[in-house]
Amino acid sequence: MTFFFQNVVNALQYGSFYALIALGYSMVYSILMLFNFAHGDIFMTGAYIGFGVATGLTVLAAAGTIVLPNWLILVLTILIAMFLTSMLGMLVERLGYRPLRDAPRASAAITGMMIGLILEYGNLLLLGPQRRSFPRLIQTVTYDVGGVILTNKKIMIVAVSMVLMYALHLFISRTRWGLAMRAMAFDHVVVPLMGVPINTIARLTFALGSALAAVAGIFFGLAYPVLDPYMGIVFGWKAFVAAILGGRGSVMGATIAGFMLGFIEIFVAMVFPSTLRDLIAYSIILGILVFRPHGLFGEAYSARLRL
Amino acid sequence: MANDMLSGTPPAGALRSSWRRLTAPVPLMGWLLGSLGAALLELAAGGAVAGLLGLDKIPLLFGFLIAFKQPLAIPGVLAYDILVYLLPVLLVGRLSAPPVNRLVAALYRLPLVVSVLVHLGLLYAALHLWSGVSDYRVLMLNLMLIAIMLTLSLNLINGYMGEFSCSHPGFMALGAYAASIFSLVLFVDDRIFGQALLPAAAGPWLFPVALVAGGAMAAVGALVIAIPSFRTRGDYLAIISLAFLFIVKSMIENLELVGGPRGLGGQPGYAGLTTVFIWCVLCIWIINNFVRSTLGKALNAVRDDELAAEAMTIDTRRTKMTAFMFGAFWAGIAGGLYAHVLQHVTPASFDLRMLAEMLAMVYFGGLNSVYGSIVGALSLSVLSEALRPLELIKWIFIPLLLILVMIFRPRGLIAFKEFNVRDIVKPKA
Repeated sequence: MTFFFQNVVNALQYGSFYALIALGYSMVYSILMLFNFAHGDIFMTGAYIGFGVATGLTVLAAAGTIVLPNWLILVLTILIAMFLTSMLGMLVERLGYRPLRDAPRASAAITGMMIGLILEYGNLLLLGPQRRSFPRLIQTVTYDVGGVILTNKKIMIVAVSMVLMYALHLFISRTRWGLAMRAMAFDHVVVPLMGVPINTIARLTFALGSALAAVAGIFFGLAYPVLDPYMGIVFGWKAFVAAILGGRGSVMGATIAGFMLGFIEIFVAMVFPSTLRDLIAYSIILGILVFRPHGLFGEAYSARLRL
Repeated sequence: MANDMLSGTPPAGALRSSWRRLTAPVPLMGWLLGSLGAALLELAAGGAVAGLLGLDKIPLLFGFLIAFKQPLAIPGVLAYDILVYLLPVLLVGRLSAPPVNRLVAALYRLPLVVSVLVHLGLLYAALHLWSGVSDYRVLMLNLMLIAIMLTLSLNLINGYMGEFSCSHPGFMALGAYAASIFSLVLFVDDRIFGQALLPAAAGPWLFPVALVAGGAMAAVGALVIAIPSFRTRGDYLAIISLAFLFIVKSMIENLELVGGPRGLGGQPGYAGLTTVFIWCVLCIWIINNFVRSTLGKALNAVRDDELAAEAMTIDTRRTKMTAFMFGAFWAGIAGGLYAHVLQHVTPASFDLRMLAEMLAMVYFGGLNSVYGSIVGALSLSVLSEALRPLELIKWIFIPLLLILVMIFRPRGLIAFKEFNVRDIVKPKA
């Protein structure tokens, strides 16, 4: 039983990464009706930006130039990385997606993949292929709750992720900007005619999604202190699957499906040999989509590529 | 309108029109003869010309590989390209134009097959001579021809039927493994499958069977995607196909029998340039006929409006099923050839990178177009090979180029253009 709960804890942590990334896919989809295939690599870039900021601040603090406790470094890292990554997201939107807004959606998909490749190889070019280890900003404290091992990092990761998701939910459901986003998702032809600035909303959506991806990247760096330039591919595509599984454009669905994917992966690895993890996880997803073709929380309306 | 634009800019326009006057009367066969002449010239005197121009050896890929490594050699390489390729092709093509035109016209009156076979024979002869210089050229040509097959079969699903299928590397992997197992079990003594069941001499003759077995395996795999496609389209089908790709890859990695993640090696080298060329021509011919048939037009109807297509008595289920299985079949054949060309396959090579490359070739070349697929596959393969010395920068340069193409020509270079063989082999003037 403790083994089970231990895995629940691990799955929650894994699920938070997936959910944070999947939210970015889902929000962009609901506004622009296209998937931002560069999102996985934005996550990777966010993790590296976090790595750069954290390393810089740690070095400065160690040299005594500035006096900062480690937790403050972490908070600053998260904030700065969120800001810079959302800038990157807006840049990607401006250069890669805005010119293609009326193009066939498949072209936008190709562009997204290509932007992802550029980010990946740009990173390889700048930093080289070796893996980087994220600075250990907080001392790991271990709690033993009835045999289940909890660490302060895991608690922080899951708690902060949940808070962020709830904040996003409030933002979308309570503010005027959120109202504009929901309106745009409802109809992106008529709503811009009513004076809602579609470019600003698109930029905002990319910024929000990228900021969340940056948080996921930093948390990933804290939990598994290695970063490599290809992490965006693996995590990005899995989170994309989660976004679809949740029902495209459904923020709630993306969150739940992200956690679900974490649970499926961890529990498959618990029961079966871990090499079978992908095989079984994707078979389950394929099964779900065959019987619920519009995802768990998606609306059943006809999806057509605008060719 | 076009004439106005041409005459509006005198220098470029004049150059272009004189170029046009020079090349207009040359039929395709003239260019093929020219290429044959250039290949012969390179075979006979390539080394000597390269030596005169101060190059160590014959530039293997029009000098791109050398030019990036030693910028000083660029003038020599350019001179070599002009002397050995451009001038002979132009001279032979232009000078032989009048008699060749008469010959082509005579052939044109015979059944189309004759004319096409003569052209293909010339093309193959030129390629064979050109690639005879080094094994590198043979390998590159083989991979390029395989890329054409893959692009074409993916275009069938993504272009003609308008789905966004991500499972093509999966189909290819199925075909590669099935064909490899077929050859290894029957014709090769190896550690995994034991003694050969049939004499090795029969191998090359039964190679088509191995390939078709691979294609059939891929087509059966395509059912996993085709059946859900009855109920859903677009993004969900994209995910289903993506999941299929991951499942196939993971399944092969977990099958110790076929080598698991280490891959499967030791395939006999049945797939020479001749074999690959013939299969590629077959693929283009059959797919081109397929998309011009009633069933092929039904694909376009399903893409444009499924409900309307159904109302016009098109059996949408059968259409989708056929398209997926047919596309997968050719991907499987291409996979079998790929395995036998490289003589080693690993599941890791059928990954998202390969998917991105295939999709790029399809969308770069142009949707809904056999012509575009050929151009897309060839140009991206050559570009990717030519820029190889740039290493990492290549992977920034090619994506940038693709983004620009997508922004300025969102449907690809040559989209929605019919591939009419009769027009291509027509005599000029």
